[in-house]
Amino acid sequence: MTARLTWSDAATLIQRLGSVIGLALLFIALSIMSPDFLSAGNLLTVLRQVSINALIAFGMTFVILAGGIDLSVGAILALSGAIGAGLMAAGYSMWLAVAAALGLGALLGVVNGVLVSWGRVAPFIATLGTMTLIRGLTLVYTDGRPISVTNNAFALLGDGYVAHLIPIPVVLMFVVFAVFAFLLRGTVFGRHVIAIGGNEEASRLSGVRIAPMKLAIYGVSGLASAFAGIVLTSRLHSAQATAGAGYELDAIAAVVLGGTSLSGGRGWLFGTLIGALLIGFLNNGLNLLGVSSFYQLVVKGIVILIAVLLDRR
Amino acid sequence: MNAPLIRMEGIHKAFGPVSVLEGVDFELVAGEVHALMGENGAGKSTLMKILTGIYAPDAGRIEVDGQPVSISTPADAERYGIAIIHQELNLIPSLNIADNLFLGREMHRFGLLDRKAMRERAKEWLARIGLDALDPSTPIEKLSVGQQQMVEIARAIGQNARVIIMDEPTAALTERETATLFALIRELRTQGRGIVYVSHRMEEIFALCDRISVLRDGKFVGTRPVPGLDLDEVVRMMVGRTLEARFPKRTSVPGEVRLQVENIGDAAVHGVSFDLRAGEVLGVAGLMGAGRTELARLLFGIDKPSQGRVLLDGKTITPRSPSEAIHAGFGFVTEDRKALGLVLDMSLRENVSLPKVPAHAGLVDRSGEKKQTHGLIDRLKIRTRDMELDVRALSGGNQQKVVLAKWLALKPRVLILDEPTRGVDVGGKAEIYHIINQLAEQGVAILMISSELPEVLAMSDRILVMHEGHATALLNAATATQETIMHAATGGK
Repeated sequence: MTARLTWSDAATLIQRLGSVIGLALLFIALSIMSPDFLSAGNLLTVLRQVSINALIAFGMTFVILAGGIDLSVGAILALSGAIGAGLMAAGYSMWLAVAAALGLGALLGVVNGVLVSWGRVAPFIATLGTMTLIRGLTLVYTDGRPISVTNNAFALLGDGYVAHLIPIPVVLMFVVFAVFAFLLRGTVFGRHVIAIGGNEEASRLSGVRIAPMKLAIYGVSGLASAFAGIVLTSRLHSAQATAGAGYELDAIAAVVLGGTSLSGGRGWLFGTLIGALLIGFLNNGLNLLGVSSFYQLVVKGIVILIAVLLDRR
Repeated sequence: MNAPLIRMEGIHKAFGPVSVLEGVDFELVAGEVHALMGENGAGKSTLMKILTGIYAPDAGRIEVDGQPVSISTPADAERYGIAIIHQELNLIPSLNIADNLFLGREMHRFGLLDRKAMRERAKEWLARIGLDALDPSTPIEKLSVGQQQMVEIARAIGQNARVIIMDEPTAALTERETATLFALIRELRTQGRGIVYVSHRMEEIFALCDRISVLRDGKFVGTRPVPGLDLDEVVRMMVGRTLEARFPKRTSVPGEVRLQVENIGDAAVHGVSFDLRAGEVLGVAGLMGAGRTELARLLFGIDKPSQGRVLLDGKTITPRSPSEAIHAGFGFVTEDRKALGLVLDMSLRENVSLPKVPAHAGLVDRSGEKKQTHGLIDRLKIRTRDMELDVRALSGGNQQKVVLAKWLALKPRVLILDEPTRGVDVGGKAEIYHIINQLAEQGVAILMISSELPEVLAMSDRILVMHEGHATALLNAATATQETIMHAATGGK
């Protein structure tokens, strides 16, 4: 499938590998500095923590590649989780609840797409608006109180293990990664996502139907966020109205750390996975080293700035 | 004679493994207009970027007034009085003329902008190049492209530039603006400034320039005085061989009527009608702003017509979006390839298949896509090392061929070409003409918008001339002349 390596490929690869090298260095440093770091238990715990952000960031990658941004992902996560939990609390089956939550997430994403394409609103503003709106709806729906989930089968999504070892959220993360990576590189849809981000007008004049594409792209992001919402609700055994606040920024950070250009048209999904892992391991390492959470934020900010400074071109 | 203004000797420059300049010499004396010529990718822009401090040479020396200098930043170039007028103008549209002239070197008193002084100085500068009529507080976006270029020249003069480099300055100008620009260039010459003139338009160079220097494949071919020089020799220097013909001949005869355009119009096009036959090339001539591109945009469904209809093979289709137009069998090679034709950060392969990705049920068929791209690279003689290369890295002529390749892959029934050879060198032009002929012979109906009259006359069967949104003439190319076209294009009856 891959052709022989060309100069431009090599240059891109080196540039892209920055995040991989960064992750490797962090890994080595933490292994030396903290004896607890390099244990299967700890690593899998980190992967499970990372999975929520990674799921959101996979969807966000499509939006950013197409030259947009989606600030509403955290709010969609919260509302989808709440609706799912609410349906189960009202006695509906788990599958119906999950399907409704996913459908709602995709629909909310499509609404973003409508505002951005037909409404011609700048993505930042449109999704800032829907973020506030959806968060408000979540508070209205939950009345600000958590909705607990007692369904044991549902709890497995967040709590369960495959082969008594690998947390199910981690498996879900890799499955979604594989599906999305194929969607991006192997399908006409993915090709058009990158083309729109590279040059929207040229794409339009080449017959790419921009509006339906944008509905689908934001829909993918909404779907991914709702999926993350389900996993999080399952893991916590309850849905919280304030869940996912600030997650949009972590997702954007993961995408950018992975080397995807914020102006669109250049990037890859593997980078986003690495970016999410980088953030996760950094948090974990700082915890193990006993660094206060206040300083953790400072370090995270510095790492993001260094990464984007190194990625300039 | 005194020492030349500029002397560059043995300039070498390579980007990674690719050598772009190999021992190039160039000399500019005061009071001359010196044409720098060569095919796309010959190294002209790289040489000028070295002269203006954007790139550093790997080897070679540069002298200004006989003194060896090192020009490592654009600020150095400015200090030595070297200015460049770019093809893409470097002005901020929302700011006014005076603001733009003093951008980055604003005049101030007590830390506050001294608008009055700047306006007065701006007026002075504009007057120096004969633009007394222009009010310095006019926003740039209100100016025509020609006037904007004049503002850039005023800025260069204001900064006391003695060497002014112009890169394809007439590409976007009307006939009249071009005449004004040439008068100004001649005036600058008598003031003892040196002008480097980069262009592909032979007619202009012979009319304007004193000497010509030619580059080919990064090597210096030679410098010749223009008087006594003939066009064939310049072409030979540029391509290293004799071209059989500037315009290859076509043998086909137009067939059935394929496209009927009836009274189509919007804000910029006023009720234009014409027929286009299979295998016919219909040239569309006119000045800038005559509504030619706007007509093409209507036909391709980019803008919505407020009146009229379009019939393809006798059926009304009037496309409402580019994707509808493409489905109906239209292709559109846009004028501005970087903004509208290509996704610069995508590979050649991905650009070629943008209108229609070879796929089964939405899954990209990689091997089919590669085969298709290989075929088109061969057919269009696109010169590239690799189809995976970003099109950003290709030369202008090859980029233009990629835009053509996009549509050839679709086998269009009607192909609209908007300035298909703009910024393309002589050799590349001949190859594009050859492709156009081939398509016509295969029965494609071709609408070719062009501002180069020799091209329109030689390539078309008939010529539609437009003026201020109206079709003013439909001429038979065999009997039309540049004069009859210009007469109709300027609205003469």
